[in-house]
Amino acid sequence: MFQQFQRRGRLAAIAAVTVTVALAATGCSSAGGGGEGGGEGGGDTTITFLPKNLGNPYFDTSNAGGQEAVEEFGGTFAEVGPTEATPTSQVSFIQTAAQQGTSALVISANDPTAIGDALQEARDAGTKVVTFDSDTDPEFRDIFINQASAEGIAKVQVDLIAEQIGDQGQVAILSASANATNQNAWIELMQEELEANHPNIELVDVVYGDDDDQTSFDRTAALLQTYPDLAGIISPTTVGIAAAARYLSTSEFKGQVALTGLGTPNQMREYVEDGTVTAFALWNPADLGYLAAYAAKALVDGDITGEEGDTFEAGKLGEYEVGADGVVLLGDPFEFNADNIGDFDF
Amino acid sequence: MTTAAPPRQTPRFAALGRGLKVRELGILLALVLIVLAATVRNPSFLFSADGYRDLLLTPSILLLVAVGQAIVIITRNVDLSVGSTLGLTAYLTGRLFIDVPGIPVIVVFAAGILFGAVIGFVNGALVAYAGVPALVITLGTLYILRGLNVAWAGSDRINASDLPRDFRGLGTGQIATIPILTIIAVLVLIAAAFYLRNTRGGREFYAIGSDPNAARLYGLRVNRRIITAFVVGGALAGLAGVLYAARYGTVSSGAGTGWELQAVGAAVIGGVAISGGSGTLWGAAIGAFLLLTINRALPILGIEDFWQRAVVGVLIIGAIVLDRLLALRQSRKLLEARETE
Repeated sequence: MFQQFQRRGRLAAIAAVTVTVALAATGCSSAGGGGEGGGEGGGDTTITFLPKNLGNPYFDTSNAGGQEAVEEFGGTFAEVGPTEATPTSQVSFIQTAAQQGTSALVISANDPTAIGDALQEARDAGTKVVTFDSDTDPEFRDIFINQASAEGIAKVQVDLIAEQIGDQGQVAILSASANATNQNAWIELMQEELEANHPNIELVDVVYGDDDDQTSFDRTAALLQTYPDLAGIISPTTVGIAAAARYLSTSEFKGQVALTGLGTPNQMREYVEDGTVTAFALWNPADLGYLAAYAAKALVDGDITGEEGDTFEAGKLGEYEVGADGVVLLGDPFEFNADNIGDFDF
Repeated sequence: MTTAAPPRQTPRFAALGRGLKVRELGILLALVLIVLAATVRNPSFLFSADGYRDLLLTPSILLLVAVGQAIVIITRNVDLSVGSTLGLTAYLTGRLFIDVPGIPVIVVFAAGILFGAVIGFVNGALVAYAGVPALVITLGTLYILRGLNVAWAGSDRINASDLPRDFRGLGTGQIATIPILTIIAVLVLIAAAFYLRNTRGGREFYAIGSDPNAARLYGLRVNRRIITAFVVGGALAGLAGVLYAARYGTVSSGAGTGWELQAVGAAVIGGVAISGGSGTLWGAAIGAFLLLTINRALPILGIEDFWQRAVVGVLIIGAIVLDRLLALRQSRKLLEARETE
């Protein structure tokens, strides 16, 4: 087929390439689907949410929270994002948002540095940048909305697994991508917490499911296979824990290997009810998106600049204060189990 | 050189036959060695209920896609859109179960296969009649289909709880200890491999791949065969999409991303020449098994996550180097044969 390509005239080749590029562009631009808000409001605050990837229920919920907040203060909400959570996939969306003159960009970073230049350009063009869920290096954004302190998240997961496996045995971690900022920070803290307070728990492996259902599913199978004495798995990512639960629920290890981590109630409901999973944790992503939207508005309005000690009102959540390095903390993680999972729908 | 081999066959076919045998035996041996090594290291790799099941189950879906891909590659084309076809069909499967409550599973299978076949037909017709290289056409459809998938799914996804329990049971169920998915995959493989190896129609695929112009001059219906290859490839990708939904339970708009390259990789590792005209479906199937089994075995052998992709890359390059060496040896033999005549 390659020879064929050469034999045809140059014109044909160029035409073919052009067609491909056009097709590719069509494919990409429709990736911006979802809740495109128009952006023709004329002078009002336009806030664009850019999650790690689309099709991720966690970000669906946080974006819904963001939309609620934006509607409360009468701005224009938009949501764009790549289909895959890879380091550079967000760059084109950042550039487009900046070119459209978006007032503020609320983004969960797939990589702490890879999108830095694009964010810097957007800020030079007057767009405020708020990171949430996963941060970039501090110099690339104005404010980071931290869902919970890394220490709090690490501790709640270690506490849950320790409780479920009787505070002894082998555990493994099923993470997102190997360069995901927040997961790596939590894993490091979990290791410290395990060493300091749980000497009988041994962390045998950390594997990466790339926040992809199939990869996470197969990695779970490999973990159970590789460590026959495994007592528990911690998956600090919503895609990972659901895939792991799905594998466990049909496996001979169901009920024998404990699974906990960060998950959403809707995805985990079935596995909590069938006994595969006892308890897992998360903050409320809707509140996170809500707070991020209000922080973006405060930046756009000039109420805050991202300096330590700045305070702003975040609607129903009350007043928040900006901490060191422009970080705003949402609160403590929440534990979901069979008793309370019915109360949540996200 | 002594004439050891009795010259019953023409030298060309003797050399070809030997080359093919070496190729498939080689990767089969590699597969067996990897399974053995992993089992010695950790007996549960083969002997636990889960281990045995996953060994057969994990490669089954890729096997279907790889067989389809191999048929297309044998005609000297390639179908890069199969990953997107698989993803879109998997999402379609979920939507059918959600939007049409109580829909029979068999209808969903038929819809998935038909959907894939239609996409394959479009690809094949464009390649055969528009005369644009398959690489370009299917790269285009790869993006179009993925774009459609994202536009359709948006940020929505199919959750395991949306699918009927007995449908999901197909993804893990077993009949006489053999997973259902594996049975489906192997039946398809046997049928397709028999057709391609033993029937006149099947041999025409090879003839077209070896030399399209000669095939045309000889009077073979080249366009029709090429379209058939793409339709079969698409239909198998569609079937794989339905099975993907059954096995993994959750389907987002990114499902199946990168599968096209895994399928090409499996075919190439299995000895299907990317330049068309040679290789067998058995080889592609073993290639698919090898590719995914290696992924599962490497962690057990203590090789880190990050190196696993590199190992797959080395396998692909190794397979191509091996093909080249065999081709060189064959042409040297042919030259020698000509000189001694």
